[in-house]
Amino acid sequence: MKLKIGHLYPDLLNLYGDRGNIQCMKKRCEWRGIEAEVQEFELDDPVDFSSLDIVLLGGGSDREQMLVCEKLRGIKKSFRDYVEDGGSVIAVCGGYQLLGHYYDTDDGRIEGLSLVDLYTEQGSPRLISNIVIQNEALELPIVGFENHGGRTYINDNQPLGRVLYGYGNNEQDKAEGVLYKNVIGTYLHGPLLPKNPHVCDLLLSNALERKYGVNELAPLDDAQELEANRYIVDRFVSGSEGRKR
Amino acid sequence: MRVRRLLAIWTAKLVSTGCKLAGKQGVTLAGKIALKIDPNILHDLAGQVREKIFVVCGTNGKTTTNNLLCSAIESEGKKLVCNHTGSNMLDGVAAAFVLAAKNNGKLDADYASIEIDEASTVRVFPHFKPDYMVLTNLFRDQLDRYGEIDITMKLLDRAIKMAPKMKVIVNGDDALSAYLAMESGNAYVTYGIPGKVFEQKETGEIREGRFCKRCGERLSYDFYHYSQLGSYHCPKCGFARPEADFAAEAIDMTHGLKFEVREKDGRVAPIEVNYQGFYNIYNILAAYSAARTGGLELAHFEKVLQEFNPQNGRMEHFTIKNTEVVLNLAKNPAGFNQNISAVMEDEKDKDIIIVINDNAQDGTDISWLWDVDFDRFSDPSIRSITVSGIRCQDMRLRMKYVDIPCQLEADVETAIRKRVQDGCGSLYVLVNYTALFSTRAILAKM
Repeated sequence: MKLKIGHLYPDLLNLYGDRGNIQCMKKRCEWRGIEAEVQEFELDDPVDFSSLDIVLLGGGSDREQMLVCEKLRGIKKSFRDYVEDGGSVIAVCGGYQLLGHYYDTDDGRIEGLSLVDLYTEQGSPRLISNIVIQNEALELPIVGFENHGGRTYINDNQPLGRVLYGYGNNEQDKAEGVLYKNVIGTYLHGPLLPKNPHVCDLLLSNALERKYGVNELAPLDDAQELEANRYIVDRFVSGSEGRKR
Repeated sequence: MRVRRLLAIWTAKLVSTGCKLAGKQGVTLAGKIALKIDPNILHDLAGQVREKIFVVCGTNGKTTTNNLLCSAIESEGKKLVCNHTGSNMLDGVAAAFVLAAKNNGKLDADYASIEIDEASTVRVFPHFKPDYMVLTNLFRDQLDRYGEIDITMKLLDRAIKMAPKMKVIVNGDDALSAYLAMESGNAYVTYGIPGKVFEQKETGEIREGRFCKRCGERLSYDFYHYSQLGSYHCPKCGFARPEADFAAEAIDMTHGLKFEVREKDGRVAPIEVNYQGFYNIYNILAAYSAARTGGLELAHFEKVLQEFNPQNGRMEHFTIKNTEVVLNLAKNPAGFNQNISAVMEDEKDKDIIIVINDNAQDGTDISWLWDVDFDRFSDPSIRSITVSGIRCQDMRLRMKYVDIPCQLEADVETAIRKRVQDGCGSLYVLVNYTALFSTRAILAKM
């Protein structure tokens, strides 16, 4: 079996260890004997979505997002077809904002891809914190770090999780990220996947199911991943720093 | 007003001495109190500097560059104010001046040479306008504190424009720093390494600012030195690496560092030091360019370099039992990658300890660990890797995902003791910011 991961515009959207997310997906395939190929796309490269199984859209600064959004129009339609067909997407931070209709900043509107019915508005101050969220369908909490000026509103969509510690999409909802078909949008970096192997495996199994009709993943020894995850939960949710808030 | 100034100085000195007796640093607290008692104190004291004031800014290399520059100035027989301790925000800068003042409120100094945290420049410059700013480089660092590198650039741009008479001494090999200096309207001089030093390979190394700050087009590079430092030009608007007024040439890194600094008028200064690290060429070059631009003769620069021991955990050497220990600060991807290069320049067997904390001063976000090229530690000369510090679990995971085995020992002192006991006799301890002071204290007492 083989999965092809498309990394969109890493030369612009590469903040906060997005490479870690790629590395994590790649290794967790390899360790199971699944071949994983990563293709990086630069701004003017044509993207053939039909050849991709997972798409990663990373984070960038507001200015860099502005540069990206001008180019995105060209791929909007084929990207949407991919999503509607159940293609897997992991979009982090700036990439998450680009999934929506728009991101209104002080310097103007950044048009999004409108892949998911959501929108973002710039707010102040930046929301910067360690963060722990819980998705009811998953046993393990999801941990990471958030750092965003944008406040995202996901309308009627499912969030990725409920906020146990930190801010999330905005100050009011107590919700973080979005789940739409096989798209995960989130503000969590840290990077997201290494300390949340269950989220990584969810992406992989969704992609395998779509491509090969199998969703059984061979188990891995995740002791170190789980310990790193538990450390954050213990410290911020159950521990001393959790009680401060 | 004079009474206030005196009161501020006396109180600050008392606080500083008190803190020292209590075993604490107390420098920033002293500065904070002094500013509270007399908000004009920094302005007054900086105004008493007889000749020039330098400030050193930039993500990496501030402390080493500033310490070198200070030694160079002192070697010319000049009296100097500086912040050697590296307290580089407003309070720390104020403390440097206040603690250097005499009890009668007078400051006896020809020069001041101060490192300033980039984001603090806009808070410091209302108090005094420096004559020179050294701008070393801009890399991603502490994104949790500064948000994005673009925000840091905006702050620096504002600061530079607040002091229109200040001359900027800039690393022209960094497109981000060069852009700030060239677009500011201030006078500037450049330093750099004109020639290609390394064979180019696609490393996937994280590089900032790949797109032209002036017009948004992708920058074109003839070669890279490391990170985004190199020879660049914009194919669209013509923005390009400026010719270096101070150029490092004939670089030889077989034993320590050997090179020449060529000035525009033809003067050539030979440089030879026994410490490693390509990035130290930039630090030496920056200090040299600043001192020369400031009108110093630098007749004794070679002696300055020979006597200069990188301290404060910058490639600092300790000998414990029979183990040679090198302590080095590495607090962001560009710095860490350069550290790895320096470690790998040493071909003999070695053990490695990596200490990662996530206190406020480190940056509470440690995502950057994944932007460091740790896969380069996959080498037979690396005998063992031990991860330690508050976020050792994250560091262990980082190594797992490049298939390099490591041991976890959260307590730094225990980790060092174990590797001194069972290691191969050469130990590199790579630490981030808050881990530096505690680790240094542990090494010093061992």
